[in-house]
Amino acid sequence: MRYLVSVIDDKSNPGSTDRRPAISAFNERLIAGGYWVFSGGLADTDAATVVDNRGEQAVFSDGPFVESKEYLAGVWVWEAPDLDVVLKLAAEASKVCDRKIEVRPFL
Amino acid sequence: MSDAEEAVTRAHHDEWARVVAALTRRFGDLDIAEEAAAEAFATAVERWPAGGVPPNPGAWLTTTASRKAIDRIRRENRRDDKHREAQMTRDDPPEPVGAVDDDRLRLIFTCCHPALAMEARVALTLRMVGGLTVPEIARAFLVQGATMEQRITRAKAKIKAARIPYRMPSADDLPVRVSGVLAVLFLVFNEGYLASGPDTDPVRHDLTTEAIRLTRLIRALLPQDGEVTGLLALMLLIEARRPARVSADGELVPLAEQDRGAWDTELVAEGHRLVRERLAAAAAGVAPGRYQILAAINAVHTSARDIRDTDWSQVLALYDQLVRLDPSPIIALNRAIAVAELDGPEVALAIVDRLAGALAGYHAYHATRADLLRRLGRSRQSRAAYDRAIELAGNTGETAYLTRRRDQLQ
Repeated sequence: MRYLVSVIDDKSNPGSTDRRPAISAFNERLIAGGYWVFSGGLADTDAATVVDNRGEQAVFSDGPFVESKEYLAGVWVWEAPDLDVVLKLAAEASKVCDRKIEVRPFL
Repeated sequence: MSDAEEAVTRAHHDEWARVVAALTRRFGDLDIAEEAAAEAFATAVERWPAGGVPPNPGAWLTTTASRKAIDRIRRENRRDDKHREAQMTRDDPPEPVGAVDDDRLRLIFTCCHPALAMEARVALTLRMVGGLTVPEIARAFLVQGATMEQRITRAKAKIKAARIPYRMPSADDLPVRVSGVLAVLFLVFNEGYLASGPDTDPVRHDLTTEAIRLTRLIRALLPQDGEVTGLLALMLLIEARRPARVSADGELVPLAEQDRGAWDTELVAEGHRLVRERLAAAAAGVAPGRYQILAAINAVHTSARDIRDTDWSQVLALYDQLVRLDPSPIIALNRAIAVAELDGPEVALAIVDRLAGALAGYHAYHATRADLLRRLGRSRQSRAAYDRAIELAGNTGETAYLTRRRDQLQ
């Protein structure tokens, strides 16, 4: 079972910026445990572009698809047998990243 | 009610959770388990009157429900679900030792999972473990049936999509998971203690017994958890008064008017023993939680051989402690009843009136006001308060009591 694990940051109350070494160590443990499928930190939402080609021609617009105080700062994909395993790891991830975590199963 | 109808009702009380739990273990899907269990009971309603009640109703229901589940899975032809296909082709897996209780506990921990909203946990536990119907649950929580149906459907969908596991939590997760379970069990107990169906008995002791049984199981697992012990003590001390709580003609009898000789002395003694155990822990510096304080309040009540012997200052001191922990208006309302005994109905009424905004839709608020107004000789206002309480009360025995009280007013 795969889960998308999103790291949520808050523009008005951002998490600390010195978490990289701790995140790397945590990733090593995820890999050793067989949970790690993918991970990546994301550039600022200012760098996002929304593409909409449902109409006559593609429209490109600057910025994220939704402006909000809270935004996606990074993602993991984990492989885990069930939600309890994921919630335990996510609780650690929240500490390690100093940010909120959203867990969402893939279909 | 015919013998067969009675047998179905009894089987529903005794076997519902077992059937759902066994099917959930076998098919790994709450939705299938619930639907198949409901169909099995519907089949029993059809067949038992003519064909006779099977010698082992629980086994008959589980077997019938399993067939219904397999039929549904075949109908849906879920080729993507290899696990379920495998479950269909083999017989019931053998139950591990003590699996009956463990299965129901597993079911409870799944229904009370922290990834579900609190209201969903309660609804799901009452449906899956308590076997209450969706309309009964909706009524208990003052929401529309369709809203409750949706709440349960959404919770089941999340359990499936997010793969909330069907098993006991790990040892280090247990205390946190348990407090969520206790809240749910106390609600189940209360629904049994003050059943809300217009046509149901005033006290559904199947629910109170079930809540007590499951709380005992959790205490056996977590003997050092003070709140588990507190909740068990609280339930026992309330349950002990059950024989005196409903009169011969089905009217609820309030604490002050109960025949205390009819109380179950064994349950009182067990409850008191548990409260003393927690008092010792509190003396050693472990701060008691709300269930332990509520149990202590009930221990004070059950220590008095006569209502006039009640140590109301002790009751009030405990309520003061409770208000600091839980400043809810319902606690404040109950505290006001103790205030009435110590400082008189006028002082208590002033406190109760301040709760109008929060409790206007709560029958006990109006019933308490009605009683205080009656004691103050304000009959006209008391009558209006009784009218409102009767309108809102869902319990048949309580309605009968309130109606008699209203009609006795001068």
